Formats: sequence, C-alpha cells, structure tokens
Amino acid sequence: MNMNRRGFIKTSIAGAVGAALYGSHALAAHHGGKKRVVVVGGGIGGATTAKYIKKYDPSIDVTLIEPNPHYYTCFMSNEVLGGHRQMDSIRFDYEGLKKKGIRVVQDTVTDIDAAGQIVRTASGKTYQYDRCVVSPGVDFKYEAIPGYSKAVAESSIPHAWKAGPQTEMLRKQLEAMPDGGTFVMVPPPNPFRCPPGPYERVSQIASYFKEHKPNCKIVILDPKNKFSKFGLFMDGWKRHYGYGTDKSMITWIPADKGGKVIKIDPDTKTVHAEAGTFKADVLNIIPPQKAGAIAFKTGLTKGDWCPVDHMTFESTLKKNIHVVGDSSIASPLPKSGYAANSEAKICAAAIVSLLNGKKMPEPSWVNTCYSIIAPGDGISVAMVYAYENGKIIKVKGSGGLTGKYDPELRKREEMYAHSWFNNITADVFG
Amino acid sequence: MVKLKRLTLPVMLTVGVMGAGSALAGGVDRAAILANTCAGCHGPDGVSTGPATPSIAGLPEEYFIDVMKMFQEGERRNTIMGRIAKGYTDEEIELMAKYFAKLPHRPAAQKFDPVKAKYGKKLHEKYCEKCHEEGGRVADSSGPLAGQWKPYLQFTLDDFINGHSEVDKKMKKKLSKLIRKEGMDGVRAVLEYYASEQK
Repeated sequence: MNMNRRGFIKTSIAGAVGAALYGSHALAAHHGGKKRVVVVGGGIGGATTAKYIKKYDPSIDVTLIEPNPHYYTCFMSNEVLGGHRQMDSIRFDYEGLKKKGIRVVQDTVTDIDAAGQIVRTASGKTYQYDRCVVSPGVDFKYEAIPGYSKAVAESSIPHAWKAGPQTEMLRKQLEAMPDGGTFVMVPPPNPFRCPPGPYERVSQIASYFKEHKPNCKIVILDPKNKFSKFGLFMDGWKRHYGYGTDKSMITWIPADKGGKVIKIDPDTKTVHAEAGTFKADVLNIIPPQKAGAIAFKTGLTKGDWCPVDHMTFESTLKKNIHVVGDSSIASPLPKSGYAANSEAKICAAAIVSLLNGKKMPEPSWVNTCYSIIAPGDGISVAMVYAYENGKIIKVKGSGGLTGKYDPELRKREEMYAHSWFNNITADVFG
Repeated sequence: MVKLKRLTLPVMLTVGVMGAGSALAGGVDRAAILANTCAGCHGPDGVSTGPATPSIAGLPEEYFIDVMKMFQEGERRNTIMGRIAKGYTDEEIELMAKYFAKLPHRPAAQKFDPVKAKYGKKLHEKYCEKCHEEGGRVADSSGPLAGQWKPYLQFTLDDFINGHSEVDKKMKKKLSKLIRKEGMDGVRAVLEYYASEQK
C-alpha cells in the first residue's frame, strides 16, 4: 500500500513538472491519475509488451508509438524471397491492439527524457509515463563495410534485414536475375538479429533457383567460421543443393578461408574479400548490427546493446525505462522473434507488478526458431530458460536441435513452422 | 485501497475473463507466466490458429500432465515437444495443466470434406464414441477431438498406428478394428468428421 501511495505521489509531481515545462500536451497525457506506460516501437517486442500489460491489468493506460502504419515480420520474409509466400501475408497492422484499448500513435519518438519521464515525438507531442518500454529493434553499422551505406541499401543493394520494401527489392532483383547469374550474400558477425536467418535465406533462394534458374550460383562471404544450426544446414544443403560436390549451387566461404569482406563497389556489385574479388548479379549485404538509434540517444546502451535487469528488463542505466527485444542484452536468450515475444511478456508482468506494488512471480522464457531449408524440410532449435541468481539461464536438459533426418518429421516441422508464424503473429497483433 | 476504488466493476469482470487463471487484478501469477510462453506456437490463450499445431486450451489437467511426461520420456513421437517438455519440473507442468484446463476450447476453422465427414460420424459412433463422448467434444481421456486441427490428429494417429508412440490398449484395439474393417480411408473419414465440428 505504501508503495502504491509513493508511486502515486511521485507520478503526480512528475506530471505537474511536465505540465509546467511542456504545456498542455503533458497535462493532456496525464489521465486522471491512471498509471501510464509508453511503449516505443511497434515490432514484436513492443507490441507484445503493450498487449500483455493491458491483458494483465486493463486499468493501466498504454500508449504505443510507432512510425509505420504496418509491421512486416522479418521472420518468414525469407519465404517471400524464395517465392513461397506473398508480401501481404507478413504485413500486420495495429487494429487488434487498438481494439484492446491500447492507444496506438503513428509518430516517431525523437527523445526520451529519462529524468522527467517524458517521451517526445517528431510531431511535437509529449507523453508522460510511469514506465517506458523501448523496443527499437536493430540498427545497422553500414560504415563497417566500406562502399556500403544506407543510401546504397535503399537504392540497389538491399540488406532486407528489416522486412518491407527491402524484401520486395531483393525479391524483384532475384526474379530479374538471369539463369546462370551469381547471388552473393554477406552475412553479419555475431551478435545479430535472427542467427539462423541468413542461412535460411540462402536455402530459400537456392530452392527458388533450383526450380526456376538451376544454373545460378550462390556465394556466401562470411565473417564467421560457424553459424546457428550449422550441421543441419550443411546436411540440408548437401541433400537439396549438391553442397560439397562439383555441382554445388552454394559456396560458403568462412572467415578462415578469406570470407571477410574488405570493401564493395556498389556500382558494379563487386565484393572485395580476403579470398578474392566476387562479381554479383544480385548482392545482399546484411551489415553488422547494434541497438536502434533511440536507445543510443537515450543513454540506454553499453557498447552496441542495452544492459537490462534480467527479471524486469528495466535498463540498468536509466530508471523506469525497460528494453526488450533485439536491442537488449538478454543472452543466453537469442535475438529472435520468439525471444522478443517471450521477453516482452516477462517485462509486461514486471511492469504490472511494479506499478501495483506486487511481487513479480519467478520468470520463465522459451525460444523456438524454425528454418525452412526447402519446401517440406523444416528444422528448429528450441530452449527453455529460467531465472537463477539474477541471470537468465538455459534449463539443463531442455532444448536443442532437430534430430537426424526423418522426412516425415521434417514435413511436420515445416507445418509447425507455419503454425508458429500464424500463432505468434496472432499473439502479438491479434 | 487506492487501487481497488479505481477499479470499476466492468473492469474487474474483464480481468476475470481475460486472466482466466492469472486472476488477481493488477497482478500476475506464476501459472500465467509459464503458460504464456506456450502462446508463440499454440496460440494466444492456448487457441491455435493452425494449420497444424494443436490448441491446448481446455485440455483436461491429467491428460496435459500425462502427455508432457510422455514427451519427456520419449514415449510419444514428436518434433519439438520433447525438447521443450524437458525444461519443466513436475510442479511447473501441473501449474500449466491447471491453467489451460480452465481455458475454453475453441474449435478450429478449417476445411473438411462434408461427404467423408458424414461417413466419419457413423464410424466415430461405432468405434470411438464410447470413450470420446459427444462426438469427441467431451475432453476426458484425451483432449477435445471435435474442432482440433486435422493435421495434428492425423500425425498423432499415424504415430499410434505405426507404433512410433505408445498407445492405450483400448484405443489400440478400437483403432485396429476400424482399420481392419474400413482401412485408412475410415480413419481419414473420422478425422474429417472432427474437423467438421466447428460449433
């Protein structure tokens, strides 16, 4: 009860100060003493947090601020590239969240005043909060690859690591590619969003080539020597795409074989790597990654990412601001959509508990990542996570990879992957 | 007190309905925390949008526990559930079982063949109804079969038939009889019937 009272008084003072400094906007945002949460970013982490706060405590005023009217899921966008799925099936809007009583604002957050507990947007609005959730996803270090830039990414060499127009651009380039052309991919160094993603993308594009342009080649210039689901992808590539033979469609050049890229020439789509020079017909560069820009601006980062308390996802650097999803340091949880969804629910539970002065129950997380190597051949990695001594830990004996090849079970995994996609998006946006 | 006063009656009712198990207004319990990690694959509140992953809302508590134990022990053929089930203690499984047992089962909106479904209904009555009562709506010895996702039921039965999963003696006897008399078409017809039960 004391906690509640203190929280209420503090809120009222903050509200009054806000009103004095920022005029009517802050006052308008102060909803008759209701507890307010402002969520910055409407991706998987942000949308899930908003939804579950409302689910756990409908009395809390939740505002979600997101610049785009739609969200394209990065997961399953590789199926769009493979020609097995349409763009509109990975596009989601915020109507479901609005119906749940969440105020969804289409605007760009320009500044978060952690001391004053105020979020400011590009249109000049201000939003007072008791708790803020920042879930900006990843940003790219374009400059890490000389010759590459945001402008190049948007005009000719897509990263397609945020789905939407970038996905469409890459798909169109693949469609226009001549049979016998070369697709070159440059995956990022660790850590990055969706660890198996680049290799699922290679698989999907290979499945497209196999069917429509069998003389095409794929070259991967990798800054790493190993990657997620390594054995399963290698096995799948051998089975479907002749990997390891003279006729292999895919050539993977790891770091220790010269996979590291020195620079690119965007005009000729030429990649200069330690192993030599590679001329691409279609080039896909997935740059090294870091937390989204607003995290840096707000002072939430240490290095490239945001340190958080593993129970509440509150920033260890700024009070009353929580960070979930790819931007947060939640290792051993990976930077995946399922992990972001799972983190967001724990964050929502923590915020609801904190705002109501209640004890937070012991957290639990799950991650599941499906990849589709070829039509009818799905694989997965999964893990259950617990909280121990202030840290997220893997539950011993749980999780792991898809077992040895069994065609029937691989078909099922593909169907479960598609079910996962339908269910997680219903859980986030529905 | 301050908080309770602010909560109007309709809001409290909403919490009661939405929370189903998470209960406490403005609070979250451990069962909800555990159960909500399942939603990514099995759907919000355990209702799957398919096409294959089963809904787990409304599974009887005992059945939920039994199946999770079978997944842990490898007694039931699976793709991913063995790996997931091994992450939980008996106590955690019981909490989740109680949570999902209280949630309403919602039949899946899925395609079915009405002709086969009609025949399947007859076969169901002859071979299955004794245990899976009211057209498989009563969830007792199993989860609800009526309105469960067809591919999941198909996989489960295939695994029973091929000896990949352990199967209850009575079930094995009836299933064998159905296959002997009607062949695999008979099994498929029964599944069409369950898929047709969408109300």
